[in-house]
Amino acid sequence: MEHMPLNFPFLAAALLAAVSFYIMIFKKNLIKLIMGIAMMSSAVNLFLVALGYRAGGNAPIYTDVPEGPMVLPVPQALTLTSIVINVAVLALMLTMVMQIYRHTGSLDSEKSRKLKG
Amino acid sequence: MAALITQAPILIIAIPLVAAFLTPLIGMASKKARNALVIVSLVFVAFLVFALARDVVINGIHVYTLGATSPGQTIPTGFMVPVRIILEIDAMSAFFSIIWSIVSLAAAIYSLSHIANETGQTRFYTLLLLMVTGGFGMMFTGDLFNLFVFLEIASISGGALIAFRTRFGDTQEGGFKYIVVSAIAGLMVLFATGILYGQYNSLNIAILAQAIQYTTLDQIALALLLIAFAMKTGMVPLHLWFPDAYSVAPASITGMLVITSHACMYAAFRVCFTLYGAVIDAPVVGWILIAFGLLTMFIGVTMAVFQKDVMRFMSYHAISQLGYMWLGVGVGLAVLGNPGLLATYGRDAMSGGIFHILNHAMYKPLLFFTGGALFHLTGTRDLAKMGGLAHKMKWTTILYIIGTLSISGIPPLNGFSSKILIYESVYQFNPIFTVIGIIVSILTLASFTKAFHSAFMGAELPEYKGVKGVPRSMIVGMVILAAGIIFITLFPAQIVNWILHPAADALIDRGAYINAVTGVIP
Amino acid sequence: MLSKIVRTVANQLIVFILIFGLYVIAHGHLTPGGGFQGGAVIVSGVVMLLVAFSSKELKKSLRERVLTILESTGALIFAALAFAGIGTAFFYNLLVDTPIFGRIPPTGPGPGDFWTGGVVPLMNFAVGLKVVAGLSAVVLAMALFSSGEEVEE
Repeated sequence: MEHMPLNFPFLAAALLAAVSFYIMIFKKNLIKLIMGIAMMSSAVNLFLVALGYRAGGNAPIYTDVPEGPMVLPVPQALTLTSIVINVAVLALMLTMVMQIYRHTGSLDSEKSRKLKG
Repeated sequence: MAALITQAPILIIAIPLVAAFLTPLIGMASKKARNALVIVSLVFVAFLVFALARDVVINGIHVYTLGATSPGQTIPTGFMVPVRIILEIDAMSAFFSIIWSIVSLAAAIYSLSHIANETGQTRFYTLLLLMVTGGFGMMFTGDLFNLFVFLEIASISGGALIAFRTRFGDTQEGGFKYIVVSAIAGLMVLFATGILYGQYNSLNIAILAQAIQYTTLDQIALALLLIAFAMKTGMVPLHLWFPDAYSVAPASITGMLVITSHACMYAAFRVCFTLYGAVIDAPVVGWILIAFGLLTMFIGVTMAVFQKDVMRFMSYHAISQLGYMWLGVGVGLAVLGNPGLLATYGRDAMSGGIFHILNHAMYKPLLFFTGGALFHLTGTRDLAKMGGLAHKMKWTTILYIIGTLSISGIPPLNGFSSKILIYESVYQFNPIFTVIGIIVSILTLASFTKAFHSAFMGAELPEYKGVKGVPRSMIVGMVILAAGIIFITLFPAQIVNWILHPAADALIDRGAYINAVTGVIP
Repeated sequence: MLSKIVRTVANQLIVFILIFGLYVIAHGHLTPGGGFQGGAVIVSGVVMLLVAFSSKELKKSLRERVLTILESTGALIFAALAFAGIGTAFFYNLLVDTPIFGRIPPTGPGPGDFWTGGVVPLMNFAVGLKVVAGLSAVVLAMALFSSGEEVEE
């Protein structure tokens, strides 16, 4: 763990965000679009948790914690709220895709478009 | 009464939330009690909003700390920085909350008969009250993360409400596009909040405004925030989802969605003027806002001219009117660093932009409600299939005419007052902008007249002979908004002095905002 | 509906999942956890039951009216606890120094004391109830929708 460069989590978050942008722009299947949004929310959550890290830190709770510095607890609270919100958004998007499939019979975003112009 | 005004900020957010969770329980027992609960809670919230706004304009900024030993104690004893969630209401927030309370009350009354034939009405009212909570939270919050949370609450409820009528297929498509755009915008706001927190170790807007410097990471955060809020308000070129979502929703929800996009504009102003106010590169960002505002105005109205679907046509006009607001406030931002020009025409340009927000919030939901009345009577949104409806819908025709004259800026209605304020001040900045604005006004009037002809004028069509008139609660909802328009028409000077100049000054003067949080503890 | 072995094992396992979820909800103020996390654990147990038994069978036990009532009750308990301190400020922790969850622990590392925290453990239970009811309703509605039935009003 000590040999990992310290901005490795930020690079991973940037890579996840880049892949998710590629998916959202270039893929046509609606389910893949939802997966792209889930991946982007994972990227932002990873970025937030990695912000709070202090080298050699322990978990920010007092129950049976060893001596030493602690990591920041506020980004962990932000991440938790963000996960809850993304659960609700993903559930809503999946329900709408199920209804679109029932009405138009196709999951392709080009073929199931009715609103144009 | 004084205790009620002290607790008013949190009551305004909490009462719709509690009512939203009481609605399923009461809705299982009786339908009339549920409708009464919705209307009574929204009326009480409107009363609180007006009392609080009056107090803010007279006495200054209100601050509310959640969970402290007294509501005004922002910094706990022995600490140096605020650690709790703080709500901060200045004249700009109070202005937006007045608009939101009036429009949500009108929309709730309108919905009483507009969705009377749908299934699942209890869930509709629950989601509507949750959307009201989200809107008020966005306008009252004092820190960036709460802005994200309330933005997502409003977006999720709005998206679910757009897709409410599941028996049509295009509502699902519009709702899906709305949710995707809102999710991406929310994630960008969260990313920018993370960047700012990592640098300055605080989420509070006032503390960040004190500590901010204009490093590269801060510029990235500013770009992310502005793009996210521009995406949500339908600025060109990110406007492709806007007509799809607004044309398929139930008409009362479309009216509330317009105000939600105004609230995102409020958040963009809060970021540009208060958070980054001390260090922002004002001419560059101002010119970017002006350029995109002009583009939005022009493309919105030109796309609207050849639409056949009445709600889609009105939503393109909503895009173009939003461009007027960006233009007015953008001119104010561009001269922010120059006190002489700011006093000459910058403050007036900002007042004009904010006045246009007020007027747009009155006539745009009114026009959407008339479109909904047309859909309710005829079952279609296609203008080519309608005709001769003025015989059946007398009140709606009059209200549509009031709305059309307002949006085109015909004197003496309120649209004219705000547009003349924008034209006069923007003319001194650059005359070409005024010319483009006048051309857009003329095209707006032309397209609305064409729609009026095809929907209302002409002989009565045989297929609509048997329909009854528009239900009474829908007319009451529309009359509330029309009363607002007439009130602004009759008293423009009082509105400017009492509401708009304090709001514009609250944006320009960020010192008062910061002092309310870090200053003297009562 | 899957085979008898799967159904029997699911019936036995749900007890342990429920206990673990309740532990995570209850100790939210001492160890990582809390309302949403414990609620999500319990909902994963419900999903296991949904897969083992089919959604038509589970619909007879988890009726939609009961889930709606539980969800609203959880949210209203949370709001009532938040409003209880309105004399001082909203969300004021008025159960500190009282016998209900009111002990004040010393600052610093040490074994956790369960009866601390004030209003926070009670709010954890309310949020846990709401999350269980809400997410179970969502999962059940999606399963019923894709198998062809609709949830009535």
